[in-house]
Amino acid sequence: MEQLARLGRIGICTLERLGRGHVLLLHMLSGLTALVIRPRLLIAQIHYVGVLSLLIITVSGLFVGMVLALQGYYILSQFGAEETLGVMVAASLVRELGPVVTGLLFAGRAGSALTAEIGLMKATEQLSGLEMMAIDPIKRILTPRFMAGLISMPLLAALFSAIGVIGGHFIGVELLGVDEGAYWSQMQSKIDLHEDIFNGVIKSMVFGFICTWIALFQGHDCVPTSEGVSRATTRTVVHSALAILCLDFVLTALMFGE
Amino acid sequence: MPLHPNNDNEPLVKIRGLRFYRGDRAIFDGIDIDIPKGSITAIMGPSGTGKTTLLKLIGGQLRPDAGTIHVNGQDVHKLNNKELYKLRMRMGMLFQSGALLTDINVFENIAYPLREHTKLPESIIRKLVLMKLEAVGLRGARDLMPSELSGGMARRAALARAIVLDPEMVLYDEPFTGQDPISMGVLIQLIPRLNKASRLTSIIVSHDVEETANIADIIYVISNGKVIAGGPSEQVANSGSPWVRQFMDGQADGPVPFHFPAKPLETDILGN
Repeated sequence: MEQLARLGRIGICTLERLGRGHVLLLHMLSGLTALVIRPRLLIAQIHYVGVLSLLIITVSGLFVGMVLALQGYYILSQFGAEETLGVMVAASLVRELGPVVTGLLFAGRAGSALTAEIGLMKATEQLSGLEMMAIDPIKRILTPRFMAGLISMPLLAALFSAIGVIGGHFIGVELLGVDEGAYWSQMQSKIDLHEDIFNGVIKSMVFGFICTWIALFQGHDCVPTSEGVSRATTRTVVHSALAILCLDFVLTALMFGE
Repeated sequence: MPLHPNNDNEPLVKIRGLRFYRGDRAIFDGIDIDIPKGSITAIMGPSGTGKTTLLKLIGGQLRPDAGTIHVNGQDVHKLNNKELYKLRMRMGMLFQSGALLTDINVFENIAYPLREHTKLPESIIRKLVLMKLEAVGLRGARDLMPSELSGGMARRAALARAIVLDPEMVLYDEPFTGQDPISMGVLIQLIPRLNKASRLTSIIVSHDVEETANIADIIYVISNGKVIAGGPSEQVANSGSPWVRQFMDGQADGPVPFHFPAKPLETDILGN
């Protein structure tokens, strides 16, 4: 009986959190008009969320591309199809690895930072202070960060894929001796703008949305103590990672499943 | 810009029958408080009596379970968001932690409300900010970051920010807690001076009896969710009630027991 009651409590808690999350989302979106008037707030946040994530994204992209080329060459050469290496590298990056790995890195780098920042602002009464200064902290602090995440993530994912293709070229063409012309021309003819690239961009937009939302909600909803902030930060990374992988499956099934 | 023309006898803040619960625990169990215009009113009580909660209720950040709070004739909790924000622009609040924004320097912190709420040109903002910083003695510290300030300086900077929009009322949350004697002395001097010079109404929430009693015109003592004493400060300071005496004189045991409620010591130690 007690177990059942506990289960019920957990269920109610979860639903409440979901509800608060959606209320927060609507509140953040209601701040969009104010943001249009003051684009500098948004630009500053794109710098923090996007530009400062560039290093980790580009380095990871390079290495993922190189590993893909090595592994792909090993398999493709068994069928004598080394020329299609470019297609393989580009397709896996644009369709899957670009959005997913960027999303995971983004959650770890930018998402956790957002949660910790908002959580600490809450713990040190900065958000309360803004409220008492008649400034809506959600519109003033959270909305610009939300939009910055939404804008940065697809760009970062695109960059990740582009750098990955270059990394693949470096290993495949320079080191393993795949024909350069074949690498590029095969890629050009087989990668479809709509089917591959466009769908990949949609994925990265969805991941950017979900990651930033989770990060800001966890920060805003955390227990305002040091333990609460640390838990919220952990939850951001765990929930974002799970959300990305689950949503990736759903989106892939919808986009590419016949 | 007074929204409601009031006669001067009407208190600025009028609290009636206020009840507030945290879970099952009553933080306030029907309290009435009047805060006259232009006064320094102290709300005192032991830690955990919800003094900060009271300020948050007055500022409309929390909703009471029953009762009303009128500020300047307006029921705070019947206002819509826009009206509430308008009202808050006429209140300044000094948080215990200072609550300065940590990513901008002192000058920008003080300028923040001005930049958000007014379209004043930069030159005027600069003058206003420097005047307020001068009033709290921190004009020279304008370029420091909040993390470089001592506790006392942070609180003074926060005070400058609280008064930068020239509010009618300033709420002080434990202004003396954790201050060294010198910063304490500065604040004790500063609060009445600002109150007089800027024609403010000040509400101080505190458990530092001596310092607060010195500068307050009116004192309310809250304990167990009820107002146990209220009135002009000398009257409360000399009150004969054992509750008030225990609190004002800082006795360890009395009507407020030394022991947190527990079962008898014998049964706890020897078992049942």
